[in-house]
Amino acid sequence: MNTIQVLFFFLSVLAIFSAIMVLVSKNPVHSVLWLITVFFAISGHYILLNAQFLAIVNLIVYAGAIMVLFLFVIMLMNLNADAAPRKNLWMKLAGVISGGCFLMVLISLIRQTVELTGKTVMMKEGNIGLIKNLGKALFTDFVIPFEISSVLFLSAMVGAVVIGKKN
Amino acid sequence: MTLLAFDWALLLEKLILIAIIVLASLGIALYTTFAERKVAGALQDRPGPNRAGPFGLFQPFADGLKLIMKEEIIPNTSNKGLFILGPALAMTAALMTCAVIPWSSYIEIGGRKIDLQVADINIGVLYVFGVVSLGVYGIMIGGWASNNKFSLMAALRGASQAISYELAMGLSLIAVLMISGSLSLKTIVDGQMAEGGLWNIVYQPLGFIIFFICALAECNRTPFDLPEAENELNMGYHQEYSSMKLGFYLFAEYVNMIMSSAVMASLYFGGYDIPFLDESTLPVNTAAILGVVALLAKIVFFLFLFMWIRWTIPRFRYDQLMHVGWKNLIPLALFNMLVTGAVILWQQG
Repeated sequence: MNTIQVLFFFLSVLAIFSAIMVLVSKNPVHSVLWLITVFFAISGHYILLNAQFLAIVNLIVYAGAIMVLFLFVIMLMNLNADAAPRKNLWMKLAGVISGGCFLMVLISLIRQTVELTGKTVMMKEGNIGLIKNLGKALFTDFVIPFEISSVLFLSAMVGAVVIGKKN
Repeated sequence: MTLLAFDWALLLEKLILIAIIVLASLGIALYTTFAERKVAGALQDRPGPNRAGPFGLFQPFADGLKLIMKEEIIPNTSNKGLFILGPALAMTAALMTCAVIPWSSYIEIGGRKIDLQVADINIGVLYVFGVVSLGVYGIMIGGWASNNKFSLMAALRGASQAISYELAMGLSLIAVLMISGSLSLKTIVDGQMAEGGLWNIVYQPLGFIIFFICALAECNRTPFDLPEAENELNMGYHQEYSSMKLGFYLFAEYVNMIMSSAVMASLYFGGYDIPFLDESTLPVNTAAILGVVALLAKIVFFLFLFMWIRWTIPRFRYDQLMHVGWKNLIPLALFNMLVTGAVILWQQG
């Protein structure tokens, strides 16, 4: 076991444990806080892959902005553990089974993807996640999908403003 | 064992550097509280604290001792774990920024080159942003866990204010990054120190003003100290806190001020650059120490500016705050960014 493997296992265990805690926490605020831990663990994985830019953007956008808004809404609505509707056992069971099926599909997809077979992860040496390379790739090879997605964001923003203006 | 095969001297060097920086920031923060009261005194034409020690110099220790000796109260109806986590997070986030700030160039001890920066990562500026955006959680978690409606209101105000002003801050920052072409704070400072290079404030006066206003808002300083508006929210998000937990919140504000002053000095005022002096003519170690002094002088200047504004300008109303943030600062920052981009394009021909 070298340092990277130790870190990998630590981050993976942390991510999975926190993800489970997101689901089993009774209090929605705790769920959000565990979700933030998940994002931190995933950012750690990005750093292991030498993608510092992705790691920090993941933290700024998800942990720093989106989760704050989540927390905001939950705190404003003052959701408590006892206010949440009680789900019966069968519903929970159905959820577990359908979620498990989805997990199976994902795993089999990843295992069978042609581009991934026989490849190992580039630990510490890949450089596509650095800002320079990522920027070049986005603005040359993928410029059209990139611009289209920015239009999509703009339309979502305009939509939010229109809905907000109504009242 | 391969697990432990790395440069132990480097680890030791970084640990010592971190310890020095953290202790120094806490020490400066301690005396910033004293300076704040002295400045307030001077601005209001009264002597300020002058009882403890000569010129009241031991006042911060007296204040600290008072805070520590007070009874530690955790409200019965609060969420106890999160109640403790809140101030801890606020303090951690405040101190984490210091990792990427270049305090000076480097010193040489026994032929070993030691950088006076904990980590020169290639995303330095974004790291600062990431940490700043996490600082909100300290306020939000503390305010919510107190289980007090005034604390909650203040926490929500603080969070929305921080999110709103982060946007304008980021946009004004992009203009600086366009000029320097790097996200590393070290490279940005070196670019300003280079032969014939001017400080970024010359190129970015508007960008700096926007950044400074946003820094005031991010540090919850007047005129943006709505989360602590004592006349409408009693005392704000830390109302239920007592003893050293309250002390951590108050202290985190001062550490934040120091760190944002250091970031502003590095981004716009040449960091550890001494104006009108070519550092390469000096011996390495002398230049490094003079650089630290120069950066500290700039930080002290900004801290004074923070205090001067606090004791001069009254607080915004909440809707005015949002109005300024979204409808004035963001368009201004966008305009600044566009003009900068256009000028850079024009110069490149």
